[in-house]
Amino acid sequence: MLLELTRGALPAADRFGLGFITSSVWDPVAGHFGAWPAVVGTLLTSLLALAMAVPLALGVAIYLTEFAPGPIRRPVATVIELLAAIPSVVYGLWGIFVLVPFLTKWVYPFLEARLGFLPFFSGPIYGPSVLSAAVILTIMIVPFIMSVSREVLLAVPPGQREAALALGATRWEAVSTVIVPYAKSGIMGAVILGLGRALGETMAVTMLIGNRHDVSASLFAPGYSMAAVIANEFADAAGGPIHESALIYMALLLFAVTVLVNAAARLMIWRVSRARGEA
Amino acid sequence: MDRRALRRVKSNAMVGLMIAAVVVAVLPLFLILASLLARGAASLTFDFFVNRPAPVGETGGGVAHAILGTLIIVGGASVIGIPLGIGAGLYASEYRGTRLAWVTRFVADVLNGTPSIVVGLLAWTWVVATQRHFSALAGSFALAFLMVPMVMRTTEELVLLVPDALREAALALGYPRWRTTYVVLRTALPGIVTGSLLAVARVSGETAPLLFTALGSEYFSLDLQRPMAALPLVVYKYATGPYPEWHALAWTASLVLILVVLTLNLGARFVTRQRFGRSE
Repeated sequence: MLLELTRGALPAADRFGLGFITSSVWDPVAGHFGAWPAVVGTLLTSLLALAMAVPLALGVAIYLTEFAPGPIRRPVATVIELLAAIPSVVYGLWGIFVLVPFLTKWVYPFLEARLGFLPFFSGPIYGPSVLSAAVILTIMIVPFIMSVSREVLLAVPPGQREAALALGATRWEAVSTVIVPYAKSGIMGAVILGLGRALGETMAVTMLIGNRHDVSASLFAPGYSMAAVIANEFADAAGGPIHESALIYMALLLFAVTVLVNAAARLMIWRVSRARGEA
Repeated sequence: MDRRALRRVKSNAMVGLMIAAVVVAVLPLFLILASLLARGAASLTFDFFVNRPAPVGETGGGVAHAILGTLIIVGGASVIGIPLGIGAGLYASEYRGTRLAWVTRFVADVLNGTPSIVVGLLAWTWVVATQRHFSALAGSFALAFLMVPMVMRTTEELVLLVPDALREAALALGYPRWRTTYVVLRTALPGIVTGSLLAVARVSGETAPLLFTALGSEYFSLDLQRPMAALPLVVYKYATGPYPEWHALAWTASLVLILVVLTLNLGARFVTRQRFGRSE
């Protein structure tokens, strides 16, 4: 698989080398291709989504394992996991017709009014934008981070928790000083797994990010992501073989990044389960 | 005393925040379902399931061609992907400890995290580029590629649950290794079936790998060598198109798609829970 992608990418790799990543000119007609805007868009949306999703997902996971009354634990976990089953086109559809109008009408003007002095929140408000894509990604990756970190938290031996409580810690102190540090590496693994999902997510981002080869300081402006570029341009790669090859090059980059991210996550989760003394 | 009260207040405040997080996290599912029902249910008529889309400008019409296409493409993917996944999963668990088993497991984990668009591109280079035309077969191939690691991992987990005593009993009766494996497989079969159903549910909603393999089409087609429509592709095309009639169809198609996916999911969960009583 790696071989096949590499072979397809070779013509473009030859011609643009590593400059492919840092060049921001994307002009199929002239045959110039630079992936910088897409790389930035991908990283920016994924990291923003992660920043919003992690506190949310961890809050839910901790609540469900430590505080929630027994009967509601499973239904709530099931409902959130069902969110992971919704096809991403449906997220995209919902994003276009429900989420984006809501955000542009209520949330973005508010952000601009309050935080407009920051470059991220200034400039004209576009509906489909980097921030919209990040919001939809947040909703999509919460279930993944939640369910993995819940499993990790469930694996913390009850003795740890009981010891903390016996020493007079409040329940929150038990969580923050004992349980979370114990599960730290596994939670990191869950977060990185979520990052991997966000990096590779295609449809919902394609439908919401605005699809413009451009890097802008404002989060309200449209951008592009690597997966979205491929989705939009591959079926009719107008620039001929070199265009096609550039897109495959981009897929190769994306693949390499997600493989690295996932391998890192797996190793971290493995370490925890090995420490637990079982597979 | 004062300090203690402060600590307790802090603890309760954090619990409050977490409950808020739960509400925020659960909300989208209901919001999405509500808007799907509100906007999609209206055109959920008999017409929708038996007709092709009406010409732009007219209301009504359906997506029967896409429903048929999804059935064929996903069916094809299952035929290729499920046996391969089960085989690999059996190997990885029955021959645990061998280096090949470890490699298989690692590769499956990596593939599980591979963006589906990359898989689509791969299917393109293998099938479409060599045949020089888009085809439903290429779509099936891409989806099968996604299914193999999913099916493999569930098979492996479930086969591990089969007690060793059963294997030993079979071997003690003088069965060769392959018949022993067959006994194990039969024991784990119900779980494997639900795992496969979950994989089917997941790939039915995949759009990205179909974009440049099955491509989509406006007509009924049974020919695996031709481009074919699929529900997720219809949703994508119609949602991003300019006409309100298209948007309406996209909502209804989404509603159908999500009903299928959620039913498969809940069904599979329910069956698994009943049979194994696992405390997940």
